[in-house]
This record gives sequence, structure tokens and C-alpha cells, in this order.
Amino acid sequence: MAKLHVETSVNGEPTEFLCEPHTTLLDALRNDIGLTGTKEGCATGDCGACSVTLNGRLVCSCLVLAAEVSGQEVGTVEGVADAETLHPVQQKLLEHAGLQCGICTPGVVVAAKALLERDPNPSERDVRFWLAGNLCRCTGYDKIIRAVLDAATEMRA
Amino acid sequence: MSEDRKFRWVGTRPIRHDGIDKVTGRAQFGADLSLPGMIWGKLLRSPHAHARIVSIDTSAAEAIDGVLAVVTATDLPDDDPKVADLARNILAREKVLYHGHAIAAVAATSAALAERALDAITVEYEVLKPVLSLEAALASGAPILDEARRPKDMEDTGPTNIAARCEFSRGEPESAFAQADVVLERSYETQMVHQGYIEPHACVVQTKEDGLIEIWCCTQGGFAVRSLTASVLGIDTSRVKVTPSEIGGGFGGKTTVYLEPVAALLSRKSGRPVKMVMTREEVFRASGPAGGAKIDLKVGATRDGRIVAGTARMWMEAGGFPGSPVQAGAMCIFSPYDFDHLFIEGFDVVLNKPKVAAYRAPGAPQVTFAIESLMDELANELEIDPIDLRLANAAKEGTQLPYGPRFKAVGMIETLEAARAHPHYAAPLGKNQGRGMAVGFWFNNGMNSSADVHLTEDGTAVVVTGNPDIGGSRASMAIMCAEELGIDVEKVRPVVADTETAGYTDVTGGSRVTFATGWAVIEASRKIASELCIRAAKIWDCDVEQVGFSEGHCLPVEGSGLDHAPLSVADIAKQMARTGGPINGQAQLNARGAGPAFATHLCDVEVDPETGKVDVVRYTAIQDVGRAIHPSYVEGQIQGGAAQGIGWALNEEYVFDEAGRLENPGFLDYRMPVASDLPMIDAVIVEVPNPTHPYGVRGVGETPIVPPLAAVANAVMAATGVRMQSLPISPPRLLERLLGAGDV
Ligand code: FES
Ligand code: FES
Repeated sequence: MAKLHVETSVNGEPTEFLCEPHTTLLDALRNDIGLTGTKEGCATGDCGACSVTLNGRLVCSCLVLAAEVSGQEVGTVEGVADAETLHPVQQKLLEHAGLQCGICTPGVVVAAKALLERDPNPSERDVRFWLAGNLCRCTGYDKIIRAVLDAATEMRA
Repeated sequence: MSEDRKFRWVGTRPIRHDGIDKVTGRAQFGADLSLPGMIWGKLLRSPHAHARIVSIDTSAAEAIDGVLAVVTATDLPDDDPKVADLARNILAREKVLYHGHAIAAVAATSAALAERALDAITVEYEVLKPVLSLEAALASGAPILDEARRPKDMEDTGPTNIAARCEFSRGEPESAFAQADVVLERSYETQMVHQGYIEPHACVVQTKEDGLIEIWCCTQGGFAVRSLTASVLGIDTSRVKVTPSEIGGGFGGKTTVYLEPVAALLSRKSGRPVKMVMTREEVFRASGPAGGAKIDLKVGATRDGRIVAGTARMWMEAGGFPGSPVQAGAMCIFSPYDFDHLFIEGFDVVLNKPKVAAYRAPGAPQVTFAIESLMDELANELEIDPIDLRLANAAKEGTQLPYGPRFKAVGMIETLEAARAHPHYAAPLGKNQGRGMAVGFWFNNGMNSSADVHLTEDGTAVVVTGNPDIGGSRASMAIMCAEELGIDVEKVRPVVADTETAGYTDVTGGSRVTFATGWAVIEASRKIASELCIRAAKIWDCDVEQVGFSEGHCLPVEGSGLDHAPLSVADIAKQMARTGGPINGQAQLNARGAGPAFATHLCDVEVDPETGKVDVVRYTAIQDVGRAIHPSYVEGQIQGGAAQGIGWALNEEYVFDEAGRLENPGFLDYRMPVASDLPMIDAVIVEVPNPTHPYGVRGVGETPIVPPLAAVANAVMAATGVRMQSLPISPPRLLERLLGAGDV
């Protein structure tokens, strides 16, 4: 079976790759493009470890076909920090110890950043419901929620 | 001896050294490595929960273009009885013992092709009746998983599904019950649950032409993977090198091997590096969950709340092979309390479910659900405040444990007092709300650890250990090194190394890393401090006895008559080559004297009377940690353990159909707590130093999962008047009881 040729943009850079029709965006990112920051926890849309943005919208990359991103803008965790500074969400996760094993962290970073872009002043409840799709088994969420709220405060200042 | 001293770094909250890699996606976890020429391995798994394997034909799969290797159990040696069960769990031999049991493996040029090739393998089974509950396993005439096995430590009465029995006793419980004013006798039950780590098991393995095996994998212990893989393959330990990747959670579930020996065989046959990654469904079906348990408990107390006697019989699910943590459960159940007459009996029971593995304080949550539910009932019955009832019986220094030893200093009473003083305990409750409390105990562990500390010529230090960092332990190691050398914590580089770089260390587990590996780091750092004094003496041309070390500087001791400006670590490091060469410190130990950790948890729930849904609305977890090295990660362990315990109490359970197929092998139906399910969890640190550790560290990670099961159930009781003696307290189960329809 001939592979599909996909031209897309990943973190603002033109990117092309070959994939099978059934390849997910998650697998293409990890295996074909070599960006392994996006994680697989379930491959069924239930854990959020694979969170990326597609044209700015938060999606589970395990539920998107790679071929679908042709001509679209994909954003992954690797594109969140710039060369010398972390994004406030990343910085606050570190300061609040909002990660233990860190496997959920890339998804949390991408999802929380997407939240704060839509809503710069979320309540604790807003953050909890927005991140309800990002499973974390280590932290009990407490420090993640505090970090995101603190990042929001800092970004508003 | 735990030292009384002022700390500069211990107790502070520096940013973890591996933090940037983990928030930017750079950190490499198990599935993140790819090697040139790498191919993909996949496992064929049993569609039956219990069956005899009649034949396996792999020839059609081998013939597929792009399939480079196929293996079955016949490719493994079968001459080491110590790993016979482990090997059979990795690749089934005579029988399959649970749905999803691995039976053959294929490596092919793509994952999809390997998956397709599995369909070409033909297995003929003689299907047997599965055994799916403790009751069914123990029933007379039950199908027997292993006819040849005889139970340990009990009379041989022919084939049985009981794999082992344990017993602890003291005094005369049966006659002591006569002294009690109140005797409660109750039965409790919990279901099989999973650790639920977000990262599935994964490895990349290369077997080389000379037979050397290099393994990259996510594990709680590189050395454990090394020895287990070597044993299963029947080769020398030294033939295997393991590089632990970053690890995406484990909670005990990544202390054994599933994929690594199989990938090594596939690589040996194909000559290629082989990557294997479990799907989430495979993780649920065929890694090592924690078994369900049944506990029959009887406790008698006097009117003033003194326990006089207790008896407990418990049965724990081991899965397809022996090895439930029933003995640990038996050792834990009465450990928080001080009374004279007791009898405890435990049974390890095999049945057609996945082989269990460790899960955070293995065995303790199940039995603590029982004892702490009963204590709550006892408090109600005696009309005594539940904290007062615990205090009246609390274990303390000198209390003899049911299994023999006596406690050194422990913090049970201190956590209870802290709970009573916490504003949570007196806060008003709303409609349909109730408050519960429970205590928990865990032994903690020491075991073997090594540490290497290397001084860099700029006065910074590199700390090398072999313990994968599962929750911030690099930062703790760095703090302890910085404390001893008196240098900035940012000037320490903590490294987690492979099995040929780091000295031997046992797994990251048992709440032992900060305690034991940290102790090795302290010792290794102290050796550097001594060496620095030797170098200063050389520089000053004096006796080493005339040099002291304090706060990162060598300085003349008082009365030495010397008059030199202090030399900093960096000053001396700069001159290493001139004064005798590199400065390294190395230490190793088999750490004894792990400090047991007690916790007291408070939980408020709100119950929806129409649906039976329980919301945890407030939660406070108080724990004696001995000494908090990095308080944020200590709190994180407490919060995470509490959250897992809340999940265990309320929703998590393995649901099997009649044929023994797991019906909920995914996060959608195996319902772990999500962010919107939980409140903030107030983690309160109590510090009763462990007298055997230089800093007083006890270890933290396991105790927090012990109290929540009962704390939640007791809160539900307070809110509704319904006592749930069987977990989980999921909406349908609770609703049934609220409507008065069902039984317990
Ligand atoms: S991997 Fe996509 S949601 Fe879990
Ligand atoms: S930090 Fe481990 S899953 Fe979130």
C-alpha cells in the first residue's frame, strides 16, 4: 500500500511526512516526525497524555488521523517554551511541584496553555473541569491545579 | 543516630533538577527510544481465562514477509524453579491462567505487521472452567489451577488453590473476648484494582552477536530487570545491561518484568533491536494489579474503649500464580493498636485473573479498610469520639507488633493529635454530608543502596545512583549532598545511571529511596568532606586533625593555632590535581532500621441520595514522615496516595464476565479519579524523626494509600447511615443500599 504524503506545520515549522491511512497523528508525531514529547497513555482518548493543538484547538492526537492534519497547524509540547524561557504554565508546574513522574506533564502543559488562552481568569472549578481529560495518577491534582491558577495570575499581571 | 542539627537545604523546596526536561517533553520515557534497524514486537494473548495448551503452530506467521522472529515458551529454558512462575507468566507453557496471558510473540518490521502476524499463529486449547472469585477458588470441587502445587505452611490435603498460609498469634484471644463489653464480628471485601500508572510498560532490547543484552525500559529498578531477565533467560547476570528510562508511574507495578525477556529472545533471533510497548488494554489485562480480598474480623473492647482481643482471617487474590501480599496484610492489620490477645491467619489464593504485583503498601489498604471500618463502628457503639478511641489504643514506642518486634519512636499519636487540632475536624458539615477518619500504617523498607559522588573541578558535585526517579527523588538526593558539602543545591547534578555505571541498588519502591539511597548519598558526601580536609591539610601543610569542615568550608579547628582563611569546596576542588588527584566519595549499605510511618486521614463526603454518587468535598491527610527532605514532593506523595485510595474506595474495580474476560480494560470504564472528582488535598507533615537515620527520614510513598478506603467508607456511613463493608462504593452499589434493597 502506498503511503500518504502529508504536508503540515508543526510548532510553526513546515513539516512533511509519509504515513499509512490509518496512522494516528500521535504515532506520526512520535514515530515519523520524531517528536516524542507527546505521550501515549491509552490511545483511546481517555487520558490526555497525547494532547496537542490543531489550529489552536485542544485535541487528543490519538484520535486524529495523521492524514487529516494536511495543511493545518499542529502545536505540541515541544513548541511551548521559546529558546530561553519556559511558558508560565511550565515554570509554575516546576515551582509548585506539579509533576511527580512527569508522564502526564506534556499533556497538562498543552491543555493548560490552551485553557489560559481562552480564559485568562479561570476559577479552581474551571481548571478542574478543563483538565478533567488529563489523567494524572501521581499528584492527586492538587499541585497541578495550584500551578495553573498561579500561571494565570502571573500571565494577567 | 538521627542528629539534632540545623539544616540549610533539608526542608527547602528547590526546583527539581530534571524539571525542565519534563515540562518541555524532552525527557525520554520507556516508549520514546528508537534505534537504527529497530523492529516491533507484539504478544499473542490467550482468549481464555483457563485452558490447557494442546499445541501452538507458528509456521504460518514465520512465513510472512517482514516477520523476523517468532517465539514461544519453548524458547525459554525451564530449569530454574525460582523463576518458573515468572517465566510462565511471561510466556505460558502448559496452561493459560488468565484471559490475556501471553502465549507467543512476533517481531516484524512494523507494529501493524507484527499485529497481523499474530493472527497467523494457531493455538489449540482445551478450555477449562475458570475460577473467578475467592469463594469459587476455595469451594470444594473447584477447578484447580496447578494440580502439582502444595500450599506452604499448612497441612497437605491434596490439590488446592490455596498457595500459602501465614499466622501470627499472641495471648488467648478466645478467652479474652469474655472480658469485652462489646464484641463486633464483621466481614469485609475489596475487589481487584490496578495501579493505573499512565505510562504503559515499554522497552527496547538489543541482543548482540556475543549474546550480550542491552535493555532500555521503564522500570522501578534497573538491577531488578537485570537479574530477573537473566534468570528467566538462564544466563549470567553480567550478560545483561539495563538502562532505566524516565518512568511514567509505577506504584509497585513496575518492579517485575513482562516484556524484557521476550524482547531479548526476539532480538536474539532477529539480530535487530526490538521495541515492545503494551497497549492500555494489555496493561489492564496482563500486567500486575492488586488482588481483591476478603477479611473476617472480630474485635472486643471494654466500655471505656480499650481493645482486649482481636482475630482476623483473610484471603487475598494472587491471580494465576502465587504471591499475593497477604502476609504483609496480616502483619499490618492490628499494628496500629496495642493489645495483648490476637490471632491472625492469612491465605494466598490463586485464581484465573492476572498475576498480581505490588501496589503501594501491598496488602495494607485492604486490611486497613476492614480494621478501620470496624473501629469506626466500635466508636459509634461505645459513643466515644473516633480519635479518642484510637488514642486509647494507639501503638507507641515500645508497643510490641503482632509479628514480634517492638516499635521504636513512631508518630501514630502525633498524627491523631494533629488531626484533632486541625480545623477540618471541627468544621461544620452541610446537608447530605458526613465525616470519616481512619489511620494507616506501613513498615517502610531499607535494603541495598549505593551512591557515588564526584567532585567537579569547579566545586560542584555529581551524584550517581541507580534508582529511577519516579517522583522527584533526584532533588532529594541533591538536597542531601548539598547539605553535607555545604554547597548550593543547584550545584549538585543528580544522575540516574544504568546497571554498569551505578553501584547496585534495590528497586525504587518500599518507600526506601530517600531513606536508604539518600543515606548512601549522605555517607558518600561525608567521605568527600573528609577528603577535602586532607587536601586542606596539604595546602596548609598541617595535620589533618587541625582541619575542620563546616558549611562548605575547611577551616582550622579551634585551638589548632593555625591562622588561615577558610577554603571553600570550590577553592580546594580547583587544586585537586595538585593535592592528590580526583575527589570522589562512594558509599553502599544494606539499610536497616527503616522507620514505620503512620497517618491519620480525615474525609468529608457529600452523597447524592437520588443517585448514590459520592463526592469527596474535603480531605486532610496527616502523616509522620520522620523528616521531610523536599516537602513539596513529600506532600505530593501524600496527595497522590490519598487520591488513589479515594479511587479504590469509590469506583475502581476489575469487572469480569463469566468467562473471565475483563470487561473494563480502559480508562473510560476503569474509572480513576480525574481533576474534577477531587478537592484540594491538605497534606499535613508531622515529623517524628526516625531514630536510626542520620536525618530522621522514614519514607513516605506508601502509607498515604492505606487510610483512605476506610476514611471514605466511614464518611459515607456518617452521611447516610449505611455502612459499606464491600468496595467500591460506586453509585449503583450505594444506591441499592440506600434504597434498602440489597445486602452488604
Ligand atoms: S493517548 Fe490519547 S487520550 Fe490517552
Ligand atoms: S505526574 Fe505521574 S501521572 Fe501525573
